[in-house]
Order: sequence, then structure tokens, then C-alpha cells
Amino acid sequence: MAKSLVAEFTKGLWKDIPPFRLVLGLCPVLGVTTSMKNGIGMGLATTFVLLCSNMLVSLLRKLIPGKVRIAAFIVIIATFVIVVEQMMQAYAYTLFMDLGVFIPLIVVNCIVLGRAEAFAFKNRILPSAADGLGIGVGFTLSLASLGAIRELLGTGSLKGDVFGFLPYDFANIFGTGFQPFDFAVQAPGAFVILGLMLCAMNLIPSK
Amino acid sequence: MGEMIRMVVVLTVLSVVSGGGLSWVKNFAGPKIENQEMNLVKGPAIREILKDSEKDPVENRFKIQDGDTERNIFVGVFNGKADTVVLESSANGYAGKVGMAVAIDMDSDTIYGISVTTHQETPGFGAKAKEDPTFGAQFAGKSISTDFQVSQDGGNISALSGATITSRAVCASVNSATAAYKELKPQLAEHIKGMGN
Repeated sequence: MAKSLVAEFTKGLWKDIPPFRLVLGLCPVLGVTTSMKNGIGMGLATTFVLLCSNMLVSLLRKLIPGKVRIAAFIVIIATFVIVVEQMMQAYAYTLFMDLGVFIPLIVVNCIVLGRAEAFAFKNRILPSAADGLGIGVGFTLSLASLGAIRELLGTGSLKGDVFGFLPYDFANIFGTGFQPFDFAVQAPGAFVILGLMLCAMNLIPSK
Repeated sequence: MGEMIRMVVVLTVLSVVSGGGLSWVKNFAGPKIENQEMNLVKGPAIREILKDSEKDPVENRFKIQDGDTERNIFVGVFNGKADTVVLESSANGYAGKVGMAVAIDMDSDTIYGISVTTHQETPGFGAKAKEDPTFGAQFAGKSISTDFQVSQDGGNISALSGATITSRAVCASVNSATAAYKELKPQLAEHIKGMGN
């Protein structure tokens, strides 16, 4: 336990930020980031699952036999995903309709399973919680920025809210003469913009 | 052997606790989800079918006991008379349940209108059952005395091209609604009496 909780948390924000540093879990990244709103919603849902599953896996790590650990992780993760799915349907139904199948797919998101296997199963509960929260917040930031860039290029505006709160509306940022760049909101556009963002991040020297 | 038992016990206990917890979540969230669906998915669809109704069918709804289940019934009022009821039904489509709202005119026992509410069908093919109004319009005005079938099966509903399975599901769903209607008609007639005023 040489590293502090703060270090476990902050590594998810830059050094190990998914999906850029750990190029994992690209399916929802490409699928839902057509707008900033969807990116934030998906990111927060994943953060909740990561935090809860990391804590529970860490808590039960002495009880779960090594040979069936993956099955046990999946049960734990799936449980929290269903909780998220039900709550999102109950309180943010329109967001649920936008995200659709990607919410149940968090079960097989390799970031969540990866953190359970690589970190939570070997560490105590507080570092695991910090790790889950850090990676989750990092994932949310990535999805939100990717979504914001795509939405801006694709529509020229940013509009939405976070789970019905914090509405934001920036219409016609590039002026009214802006020609929407449809490519950005389509799937190939997601690949290209993701690649460009990864490239930009690699240009910034890391210590 | 001991390890084997431990694996089985751990996984069983995990699953049981998870299942129990989730059933509590389901109980908690269920009514809220129903409200949301009512406001955002079913409500608009039902209001669209009964757009000429003099009273809002979503506010004018009641529950009725059908066997073991409760059904939501939405009532349409025309010329001061409550004579149209909307039943919900569903049938298995290509990629999951196709949920429908089926409006039936009680005086003539004909279909007043239908609408697909919830589905997971393929965009561009099965999803047209919801988006293409001409498909659903085929049902309007037809008598419910015979079951609906797509033309490939000998019926008189033209299937959506490339989406025969979805079209069959829509027919099956309408049929299940009319079957329930036929069974419940006396109770329904009793219930909606006077709802027009």
C-alpha cells in the first residue's frame, strides 16, 4: 500500500484514463458518444457499476475461490448493471431510450471486469473504491469530451442535461452559417476523432 | 472435493443474494417505470390513435382484472359517448416483444386503430411497423370476428417487405388483444357506461 488513495484515484484521470490509455471498452465509446449528454449518462452509469463492483469484489476477495472468480465477478457486475438499468428507466427514461442496449452491455465492458480482476481482487476496499471511482470519472470525462466534439462538429450546438439536472444549451457556437459535419456523428467519425484525441494526448509528454 | 463444494456454495450464495436484491429493486422501480412508459411511450401512441376523442384517453383509464393479470384500459369518447376502448398487448417479434395498443370500437366490434408502442425490431425493416403509418392503417375498420393474418399465411394484411416476422407479431398481438376484448366485453361495457358525460 505504498500508493495513497489520492494516487489511486488520480491515475484514472490521466495516466490510465480509459479508453485513451487503456484502449479498452471501445464498443460503448463508439456507440453512445453521438452527443455529450449520452456520453455523460453512459459514463456515470459505468462509474456507478465500477465503484460498486470494485468495492464488493474487494470485500469478498478472500471468500471467492480463484477458479470461479470470473463467474463471481460477472454475477456481481450484472447485479449492479441491472440496478442501474432499472433506476435509469425509473428516473431518466429518455436517456435510457437513447442509450438502449449499451446499458445492459456494461456487464461485458472489459474496463469493469478488468478493474475487478487486475485491481479489486488484489487490494483492500478503500484503494479499490478509489481506483473504481477514478477510472469511472476518467471514463466519464473521456466520453463527455468525445461526445462534445462529435456533437459540436456534427450539429454545431451543444444541448442537453445531466440526468434531468444541469441543463446546458449552447446553440450555433460556430455561427449560423456553419455547415454541419455529418461524418462526425457517424460511427467512422467516432474512430477518427478518437484517434486524433489519442494522438493529441500522446503529444503531451508524460512524466 | 472441499474446494469444489466451496465454489458451488460461494456462487450459489452470490446468485441468491443478487436475485433477492434485484427483486426488491424491481418492486421499487416497477411502478415508476410504468409511469414513465405511460407518459413517454404509450401515452403519446394512445393519444395519437384516439386523437379525435373528446376526453384524454390516458387520464380516462382504468384497470380491469383479466384472469391473474390486471389490464390497463384506455377509453375514447366520441359524440359524448364512451364507445372505444384501447387494450395493450404484445407478441414475440424478431428481436423481442412487440408491444401494441389496440383500439376497438365497441358498437361495431371493429378495429378503430392500432399502434406499436415498444419494440426492439431492426431499424429500416421491422421498425417500420411503428414508423410506417400505412402498415397499421390496414387494420383500421376491419371486423374482429376473424383473426388477423399476413397474406402469406392466407390473411388480408400485407406484410412489411423484409419484415414478415415482425408483421406476424403485430397480427398475433392484435389477435391477443381482440381475444381478451371478446372475453372482457360485458365487464368493459359495464365499466365505461356513463364515462362519456
